[in-house]
Amino acid sequence: METISEKENTIVEEFEIYDDWLDKYNYLIEMGKDLPMIDEKHKVKQNLITGCQSSVWLHAEYRDGRIYFFADSDAVITKGIVNLLIRVLSGQTPQAIIDADLDFIDKIGLKEHLSPTRSNGLVSMIKQMKLYALAFKTKYELKTEN
Amino acid sequence: MNFDVEKIREDFPLLQRTVYNKPLIYLDNAATNQKPRQVLQRLADYYQSENSNIHRGTHKLSIQATTAYEQARQSVARFINAPAAEQIIFTKGTTESINLVATTFGERFVEAGDEILITYMEHHSNIVPWQLMCGRRGATLRVADITQDGVLDLDDFKRKLTTKTKLVAFAHVSNTLGTINPAKELVKLAHDAGARVLIDGAQAVAHLPVDVQALDCDFYCFSAHKIYGPMGNGVLYGKKEILEELPPYQGGGEMISEVTFGKTTFNELPFRFEAGTPNVAGALGLEAALHYIQSVGAEEMHQYENELLLYATEKLSAIPGLTIYGNSPEKTGVVTFNLAGIHSYDAGTLLDKFGIAVRTGHMCTQPLTEFYGVPGFIRASFSMYNTRQEVDALADAIMRSREMLL
Ligand SMILES: Cc1ncc(COP(=O)(O)O)c(C=O)c1O
Repeated sequence: METISEKENTIVEEFEIYDDWLDKYNYLIEMGKDLPMIDEKHKVKQNLITGCQSSVWLHAEYRDGRIYFFADSDAVITKGIVNLLIRVLSGQTPQAIIDADLDFIDKIGLKEHLSPTRSNGLVSMIKQMKLYALAFKTKYELKTEN
Repeated sequence: MNFDVEKIREDFPLLQRTVYNKPLIYLDNAATNQKPRQVLQRLADYYQSENSNIHRGTHKLSIQATTAYEQARQSVARFINAPAAEQIIFTKGTTESINLVATTFGERFVEAGDEILITYMEHHSNIVPWQLMCGRRGATLRVADITQDGVLDLDDFKRKLTTKTKLVAFAHVSNTLGTINPAKELVKLAHDAGARVLIDGAQAVAHLPVDVQALDCDFYCFSAHKIYGPMGNGVLYGKKEILEELPPYQGGGEMISEVTFGKTTFNELPFRFEAGTPNVAGALGLEAALHYIQSVGAEEMHQYENELLLYATEKLSAIPGLTIYGNSPEKTGVVTFNLAGIHSYDAGTLLDKFGIAVRTGHMCTQPLTEFYGVPGFIRASFSMYNTRQEVDALADAIMRSREMLL
């Protein structure tokens, strides 16, 4: 299993081929369209992260020490970034997710989407991914005393 | 027509810049428009050789700054044809002007059971202050409907205008739909029902001639930064007899006549509503902006903008799947739209990469997103320096974004 930073590097390399912003976004849009479909039953209010412009649905599952994320958004560019985040974080351990700094987003020039004023749900999504990691870690990995 | 847009563009330094290595096409003018160098120069001159606190010093600089500030007030009064300069109160902007009226008028004139009437197309700044005031006073906020075309439903307006209505507040021009409301007619209806009227002129002053006496409104508000002036300055016009009845808004220096710890008596109009050191440079910058408009010719400017809006409407209407919101026969300044199957956030993000600045989202008129059942809008808004070539570039960029996104 590749580590988070190995996966981040792969994505940075994928984006390096594009000089023009529009080409970068074209690629991002393709990633958005390729985002694996989330099971409709997970697209519930409880999983909805609302931003004032676009919204994200996020669902997480814990299996054998690793966390798997499933997500969707109403905007395709947001979906593209969601797909990148899932590629990097899904299948990792809770601790690795908690520790991830995700600076690849800055490196590929998409940091503007993470500024709090963009209010597209992404900032809250990352926070939510880390909260899931913390919750799963607490639930499954910290030995409770009896 | 004697309106040379290329020459005008030379007066706006910011228009020369590029974004993402492309020439900037600035179509977010309804949010704030760019400043001509005459305004920038006025701000620099003030801080370089005139800066001084006003109305207080006996020294030369203070006297000069005070005179300049009061002259700016007179220029504003002339611009909207107010009877006297003392009826012009300088504020931070439209939002503060509305809050000032909501708070003081509410305290003085609104009681439990009374009503305030607004319209469905208001900016949040012309909704929330009334909501807050109604909450404090036990009054009710009522909202007049609009039609699918984004035009005020006059019958509904008349229905909701009752003997309980204490004040009617509406946008002269809607920032999302571009609709020009029949202001004079609405004022007359409101007055006949015994209500006072506040007009939110934030989107009107840059695009229409405004005459507060002809309108006969009780209050009129606008922001300097939407009419080529600086941010942080704005105007509240009020009828003298009502302003005189309103209690003070904020307390502080300048608004007082005499202060003892027991009791304070208040200064006269307009100073009573201008507590603290005001934004002197802002007022001078606004005056410079008004002079600039005069030098260009307000009428020529309005005519040019109207032609550009018609051109943009025609150009964008031809794009497959594009819906325009706001089809009032009386319209100015903006084209707000969506593309079938495309989220406004995606479209706005891509247009930005083409070097085109447009606004996306709810545009501070969230009730309108609900009304039209969309998560947001895309808005292109125009100023006197925009060109047909820029509209063509916008149309091209929309077509290309559409291909990328669909
Ligand atoms: C119709 C309308 N009213 C009020 C405002 C608020 O203006 P300001 O933010 O300058 O106070 C705006 C600005 O977007 C507006 O368009």
